[in-house]
Amino acid sequence: MRENLHRFFRAARGAGVRVSPAESIDAMRAVANVGFSDRTILRDTFLLTLAKTQDEKRALGECFDLFFDQPELSQSAPESSSEDESDAAEPQTAEGAAGEGQPAEGLGSLAQMLLAQDRNAIAAAMANAASAASLSDIRYFTQRGIFSGRILDQMGIQRLRDDLDALTVSNPATAERLATALEGLRDAVRETVSQALLLYGREETENLRNEILRNAPLSRIEPRQVEQMRRLIRQIARRLRERYSKPRKRQRRGHLDVRRTIRRNAAWGSVPFLTAWKRKHRDRPKIVAICDVSGSVARVSDFFLLLIHSLHEVVSDVRSFAFSGHLIEVSDILESKTPEEAMADIMAKVGFGSSDYGSSFADFEKQWMNSITPQTTVIVLGDARSNNLDPRADILRRIGERSKRLVWLNPEGRMAWGFGDSEMPRYQTFCTVVRQCATAKQLERAVSDIVATYQ
Amino acid sequence: MAELSPAASIEAVESGLAAQGYIASRQIATAVYLAQEIEKPILVEGPAGVGKTELAKAIAAWRGLKMIRLQCYEGLDEAKALYEWKYAKQLLYTQILKDKLGEVLGGADTLQAALAQLHDFGDVFFSKEFVEPRPLLQALEQPKGCVLLIDEIDKSDAEFESLLLEILSDFQVTIPELGTISAVAAPTVILTSNSERDLGDALKRRCLHLHIGFPEQKLEERIVESRVPNISQTLRKQMVSFIHDVRTLDLKKQPSVSETIDWARVLVLLQASELGHEMVKDTLNVLLKYEADIEATLPQVTSFVAKALRQNAFG
Repeated sequence: MRENLHRFFRAARGAGVRVSPAESIDAMRAVANVGFSDRTILRDTFLLTLAKTQDEKRALGECFDLFFDQPELSQSAPESSSEDESDAAEPQTAEGAAGEGQPAEGLGSLAQMLLAQDRNAIAAAMANAASAASLSDIRYFTQRGIFSGRILDQMGIQRLRDDLDALTVSNPATAERLATALEGLRDAVRETVSQALLLYGREETENLRNEILRNAPLSRIEPRQVEQMRRLIRQIARRLRERYSKPRKRQRRGHLDVRRTIRRNAAWGSVPFLTAWKRKHRDRPKIVAICDVSGSVARVSDFFLLLIHSLHEVVSDVRSFAFSGHLIEVSDILESKTPEEAMADIMAKVGFGSSDYGSSFADFEKQWMNSITPQTTVIVLGDARSNNLDPRADILRRIGERSKRLVWLNPEGRMAWGFGDSEMPRYQTFCTVVRQCATAKQLERAVSDIVATYQ
Repeated sequence: MAELSPAASIEAVESGLAAQGYIASRQIATAVYLAQEIEKPILVEGPAGVGKTELAKAIAAWRGLKMIRLQCYEGLDEAKALYEWKYAKQLLYTQILKDKLGEVLGGADTLQAALAQLHDFGDVFFSKEFVEPRPLLQALEQPKGCVLLIDEIDKSDAEFESLLLEILSDFQVTIPELGTISAVAAPTVILTSNSERDLGDALKRRCLHLHIGFPEQKLEERIVESRVPNISQTLRKQMVSFIHDVRTLDLKKQPSVSETIDWARVLVLLQASELGHEMVKDTLNVLLKYEADIEATLPQVTSFVAKALRQNAFG
């Protein structure tokens, strides 16, 4: 049973529940207390000891149902296959009753089981073979064939084939029955392997997919991947939040806070037993994001805005602006709507135009320049392709002078900067940091660095 | 209850809590049972007003233990949660013992000898008599054990969480001057959180995690029954079904169990026997705590009430 528990923990990890060794020990102890007799109690026990958020509870609940349904499923699989053959088998047993015992002799155990249609025995044999083939190590869907083969080998498919050959000569009718049963068995094994893949392989498959997704250019991902990418961005946001929402206060040793010291020691006549030191408060980042939403950059802006606006606990104040031909503020739209709706709304307002950096910067200077304080980090996201219009780099210079930092994120590779209508070299001189930002990974690095400068 | 089967003990927990007026779901009862068996704290999360704090009170009342409550807030620190030296007392004693001090030190010839004597003496003022135990230390010192409720842990700072780790995993605290103090009897620890911020993994790892959501209709009816016994059965069914409908709306703050109970009391006070549109509209402010929520709900009241009445008619 312990083996089974370990396998369940592994499946739970696959389902995205973080199960540490300490938690598995707790779960073991708890299970030792409640026993296996009552399934709902067992389920509650796992939910209490292993899952630590509501999402994890849901995932673990599903995983539990899948895991403990398994034996029944693998039983039902041969059942369905044996049913359609049972009609064919019926007359044969009657007719072969005379020669009863003959074919069974000298056959392998698997063949006997299949012919006898002993479902429980087959299921048991399959479970044994599965653990012998260490089915729980399955990680990728490409391994399905290998594992099915291994399980069948373990069950003695070789012997069965020999038997089948022998029978085809001596007793074709039984051989045919055996062949159909074998087909059913193959189906059942395939089923078991797929099930196992679903249980144990999820984590790896997910990781692999995420890894690919992290390094894929944001502007060129396919529509079906957008949802996955959103999920990935949310994960990144969560990671950044966890890393940077920790205490911002740090003691500055050496400077006595006289007022607080006197107040704190008032109880014993202001004799300073307890000293209070001045603290230095660290600011939370204030961010002004200016995003190009014209054709090629729109998707990157979309994910960037989603990321920036999911950092509430880390960033105290975000104002976002979007532009292609002209510039508008989009903070409220992003705060009040779901990401999909918000983006559609923004695109309807300013999207799809040809970008004009000069007049957009002019719009910004006219209306929102005073939102920039010396604590603000200004992030401009765009490819700096201004269709040969006046780039107004002078405004960018003033923005850079007013702000703490001016960061330019460009989805294009460095090689393309300065070619064609790219004004990047001209803008570059006024920016504190310029970096390429085409993939989720680069996006994460960029935002992480920006937030880290405030720590 | 040593030799009861787990299922029976869980039922015993359920009925024990019920006797204190706390109707627990199966999962809550399992959590309480497990917390006792494997000596782990329970971290209870869920929306406000679903009875997280009540659970601790009910456990304390049921087991006949003392309940020690530590309300968390921003800036809560060691001195307020764990222990503090009684400075004033230390100061007073040194003043009173001044003469005695002179005598003791008077015997010494050299400064070195005086210092050595002072060293032996110094520990007197940092002994247990001068420690002011705060809730956490009090909880460890209870001879019969107790229920320690650490309320709204998410309101406290991240540093405070780390302070709790030693207590939660080993039921002990370390005071530099006195050494490690272990619990006389392991207390039952309940932590509650409204998920205002994410708690650290280290803390979560040490706890059983229990999420209490809004109860199912049947359960909520039983809760109302136990808390407001003089409400009629039909009205109870109607109001609970109405509240379940309200919860499907997109509101700023959903009405929780405590609001249900308040509302039930109000309806009893108004001597209602059935849910009526006007009465519901007049008393909606008991259920909903935001003007915007009330406005969002008002247009739906008629249909919800009709639905509640209809459902009840068909049982």
